[in-house]
Formats: sequence, structure tokens, C-alpha cells
Amino acid sequence: MDLLEYQGKQLFARHEIPVPSGIPARTVDEAVAAAEKIGYPCVVKAQVKIGGRGKAGGVKVAANAEEAGEYADAILGMDIKGFTVHELWIEEASEIEAEYYAAIVFDRSARSALVMLSTQGGMDIEQVSEETPEAIATLHVDPLLGFQPFEARRLAFEAGIDADLIRPIGEFLTKLYDTFIAEEAMLVEVNPVIITPERKVRALDSKVTLDENALFRHKENAELRDPSDEDPQEQMARDRGLTYVKLDGDIGILGNGAGLVMSTLDVVAQYGGSPANFLDAGGGSKADAITSAVEVICSNEKVKAVLFNIFGGITRCDEVANGLIEAFAQAKPTVPFVVRLDGTNDVVGRKILADANLPGVYTASTMNEAAEKVVALAKGETP
Amino acid sequence: MSVLVGTETRLCVSGITGSEGSFHTLNNRAYGTNVVSGVTPGKGGQDVEGIPVFNTFHAAVEESGANTAMVFVPPPFAADSILEAADAGIETIIAITEGIPAHDELRVYTQIKRMPGVRLIGPNCPGVLSPGKANVGIIPASFFKEGNVGVMSRSGTLTYQIGNELAQKGFGNSSIVGLGGDPIPGTSFVDVLEMFENDDQTELIVMSGEIGGDAEEVAAEYIAEHVTKPVVGYIAGFTAPPGKTMGHAGAIVSGSKGTAAAKAEALEAKGVRVGRTPTQVAEIAIEILGG
Repeated sequence: MDLLEYQGKQLFARHEIPVPSGIPARTVDEAVAAAEKIGYPCVVKAQVKIGGRGKAGGVKVAANAEEAGEYADAILGMDIKGFTVHELWIEEASEIEAEYYAAIVFDRSARSALVMLSTQGGMDIEQVSEETPEAIATLHVDPLLGFQPFEARRLAFEAGIDADLIRPIGEFLTKLYDTFIAEEAMLVEVNPVIITPERKVRALDSKVTLDENALFRHKENAELRDPSDEDPQEQMARDRGLTYVKLDGDIGILGNGAGLVMSTLDVVAQYGGSPANFLDAGGGSKADAITSAVEVICSNEKVKAVLFNIFGGITRCDEVANGLIEAFAQAKPTVPFVVRLDGTNDVVGRKILADANLPGVYTASTMNEAAEKVVALAKGETP
Repeated sequence: MSVLVGTETRLCVSGITGSEGSFHTLNNRAYGTNVVSGVTPGKGGQDVEGIPVFNTFHAAVEESGANTAMVFVPPPFAADSILEAADAGIETIIAITEGIPAHDELRVYTQIKRMPGVRLIGPNCPGVLSPGKANVGIIPASFFKEGNVGVMSRSGTLTYQIGNELAQKGFGNSSIVGLGGDPIPGTSFVDVLEMFENDDQTELIVMSGEIGGDAEEVAAEYIAEHVTKPVVGYIAGFTAPPGKTMGHAGAIVSGSKGTAAAKAEALEAKGVRVGRTPTQVAEIAIEILGG
């Protein structure tokens, strides 16, 4: 789960990472009130989960209340790379002498946390990494030993940090690592880490991604989920315990198991079709899950035909068939369905479906045949 | 032979008294797996259909001689259960549990790697089936028969799909190993490639990967250097858009690395044939082994 900048900063503050003070705002009035409280100059910052806000005009420095209101009005509702700004963060302006970059990433390939430090902060770090990789000092942390002071020093020296800042930057990295561990993050990134004229270190930005699987023991963080930035179908699916990802095409897909569903999308594409979604009904795939799945898939108006691809393991095909009959009774889909049932109790499942004689339901015995049929149906042809 | 589970397996199940745990334990026993015990803290002294339950793995190992563990407990307790099994001297730990926090997985992975002789399969995996010998996990065994094709996969149902396509063409399996869909699997393709290479029953290896991470790329390098047996590959997720998680935590593509096309290319560059559909995988297998 990605956090907004200010949510990440509030997380940092809990772990004593120095951040500029600020107040979140959802309206122009709230923004002006916040600016008055913070004083001038202050910074009006768009809160969206995407980089490049500054370039898009989503970050402005206000010298007085009038300007704060003007900028808040302009930025609220702004579209930044497809993300609408619903919230602002009004922050005290910082004096900047130098800009660094610091990040900790959960590096799955190396099976450890990767700490990165660079003096080339404030710019696109991917560009720095491509053009001058030596400008980024990196180090993998032993997960059982934790981040050691000598490692922080080594990184700081290797990154070419000024001598008087070796210790403060080391402390900053240590606190960042503490945050990464304590909050069970997959990423904490600060770009830029600023050095003030008083030679103080501060986090001027934050990018934090938390592990969804660990939210059960971080209630405070779990509450930060923002349903408004989810697609309506994705939200509906989440509420019903289904894994759903919306895609651009017109063929609705349902299967059991992430790998099989991914494979189904590929096979449909190979037959010239374009999938409208990824939907994993999960291991059990009980009747109510099937009903929910049909409702979610068909609530996407672009869907012209649906492919059900089930290989029963734990999932029983007879339950899927009964679920589908129930789903048809409740959701009354108007688009054709191709159903492929294989695996546990497949013969019984197919018979149940045949006996029910549902309108617009075609059966297939293999994945390829099912894909071919559904692609034809989506084009308005009869398979 | 077969790999990881077989006639030598003496299974102890953590979470045996839960509904899922008992259901699959009894299925495994009905298949012929030697289930010797279970562990549920506080329920020591009870039994599940005659299988004795112990409070700790240490007691289970000492009194029932367990050498393999299957972990079925919910995510908040799974890491602890895996570490307990390892500490008690269990050699093969198969973790079925889905949804274990990533930081827990990282600590467990690191600790297990430091314990020579201990192997973790999973978590978030369907288990391991050696047809005709033993089934540990939730793989529907009735679709598979004994044979010479070793299968390893990051996805459960996709494993069944590919296994079934092979079975319809008349092939059986030495072992089917579900590696799991999580970011930090205890065992990787490379580990199992080494096992299949050394297993005299296995004549062909099928490797089913998916988007995310670099396990397939690493495996491609390993195959070129160390594997003499033919390997057929499959990669799921060619149509997955970048930046989206497709159900498995492991199945996420960020940037250009980790895409299905890059993985298939890496394998093909090392001479591994990659089927574009599960059906094609079976067809390539026939070509290689002779139908």
C-alpha cells in the first residue's frame, strides 16, 4: 500500500526522523487556515501517489494568505499523470543548502534490504542511476543483524558526504532503517533529504510503500487506505474478498489461482482477444464467490463476453457450476459466457450446467478451445 | 527416486487441528503419505483420526520421529511455526500458508539458509507431490501418475493445468514441486533443478514461471552451466500491464525487468524451449521424449 507524502512524513515523525512541520487540507478554506497557522512563506503541495508533482505545477510557494488560497484552488482537483488531487499538504518553507537522496528497498532478488545514499538528490534518481551509477552508494543489510553504525558510516563516506555530516546522515539512515523495519515497509524513499544552512538534516519528501500482508499488526497504518483512489470495480472486488485487476479490453476473465488466470489472459490474447480484467476467485471458489465475481466482471460496461476457466484442485467444479447458476439468477448477465470446467468433479459440474441450460452459456473442454470461442463471441460471431 | 517427499517422508503437520489442516492432512494420509504426528500448542495429547497431536515440534520429533513438516497455521503464526520446526531438527519444511508478512519471510529465509540440512518449500505454495509415493500439501493427486517428468512451478493451479496436459499425452511425474508465489520463496528453481538433475527417475524437467523477480533468469544461467537433462519452460503473464500486482505478491512487474518476454528470452537464449501455452509445453515435451 502506497502512502501519500504527508502520511509518510507522519510515519517518519513517529520514528524521530526530522521533517518540516505541516498540516493536511482538503479544501481551499482549510488550506488558508493551515497556511495562517504555519506562517509565510509556506509550500502548497499536491498529495498524489505519483512522482513529478513539481513539474506538473502541483507544488507552489505562497508568500501570503491570498497566494495560499489561489494556489490551493488551482491545485485541488488538478490531474497529475492520471491522478486527481483530493488533498494538499501545507508545509513550512525550508532553506536548502544541499539535496541528497536516501532510500531503503525490500530487495527480493538479493533477499535483504538495500540501503541507498547519494548526494545527487532532488532529481530523477533513475536517471542518476543510469548515467552515473557510481554516484549512488549502496549496501545490503543482514536481515538478522540489522543496520550497523559502521555500515551507515561506510555509505556516507562512499557517497562523498561532507565530513561534518557523516554522523548526522548516519543517524538519519539508521532512523530510516528503524522505520522500514518497525512499520514493515517495502520501500522508504526520501528525495530530497535536505541540508539546511544550519547543517541540519531533514526529510523534505517521502515515498513509503507498506506491506499489505503486515497491516493486521499495524492498525494505525491500515486506516490510511484511501478507497477513493481505487477503481470502482477493484474496490467492489476487494470488499468481496476477490483479487481483481482491471485491464483495457472487452473479455471478462475469471479463473481460480493467480498463475492460471495470468495464463488465461495470455491464451486469450494469443487468439486475438483483449482481456477486460484479471480475476482470481481463489482456492475455494464457493458459490457466493462466483456470484460476486460475475457481478464484479459484468459491472464493467466494456465487457462483451466472459470466459470462466476453472481447473479444480481444492475448488470443486460442481460448486462452481452451482455458483454460476445462482449468479445467473441474481446478476442476470446480458453477455455470453464460455465455461471451461476441468479437474475435481468436472463431469458432475458439466452435467449440472448442461441441465440448467443457461442462456448464452457455451462450454469448452480445453483452455485453448475456450479462448477461441470467447474471442469469437466478443466479436459478435457465433462460435 | 523422486525429490523432497517420498517413501522416507515422516510427516508432522502444524495446524493439524484446524479445518483446512485436518482436511488436507487426512487427504495426504489417504494417498499413502506416512503422517506421523501433528502440532497444535495446547492440544498435545489429543489426536486427529488417530494421528497424535503434540504441543511442540520438539516433542513431535522426539516421540514420532518426524522428518518433514507441513505448515498450515494462519499468517500471523506461520513464521514462528517454520522456525520452530527448523529448530526441532525437521529437514524439509513445506509451508502452505498464504499471506505471511514479507519481513517475517525475510527473517525466516535468512535463518533457514544458515541451518545446513534444513530446506523450506514455500510459503504460499501447494506443496510437493511424488506420485505413487507421497503427497504433502494440497495438490489434487488424482490427476497425476508416476513417471519421468519433473515439474516445478510458482503457481498452484497452473501446475495442475500443465500436469494435466502432460498426463493427457501419457506422461507421468517423478515429483511436482510448488515453489510458491511469494516474493521470498524458501526454495528456488535453481535448487530444484539441482535435485531433478541428480534424480534418476527424472528425464525431463518442466519449469513453470511467471512475471516478477528474476528467478527464471537466474535459472536460465544455471541450466546452461549445470543441467544436462532437457528443460521445457513456460511463463505466465505476457499480457500483464506493468506496475500491477496479479494476485501473487511475487507477480508484479516494475519497469522492463521481470516481464514474461524478458524471461522467455533469457531461457531461449540458453537453449531452453519455452511453450507459449500450457498445451504447447506438453507438445514440446512429447517431441523431446518421443510420444
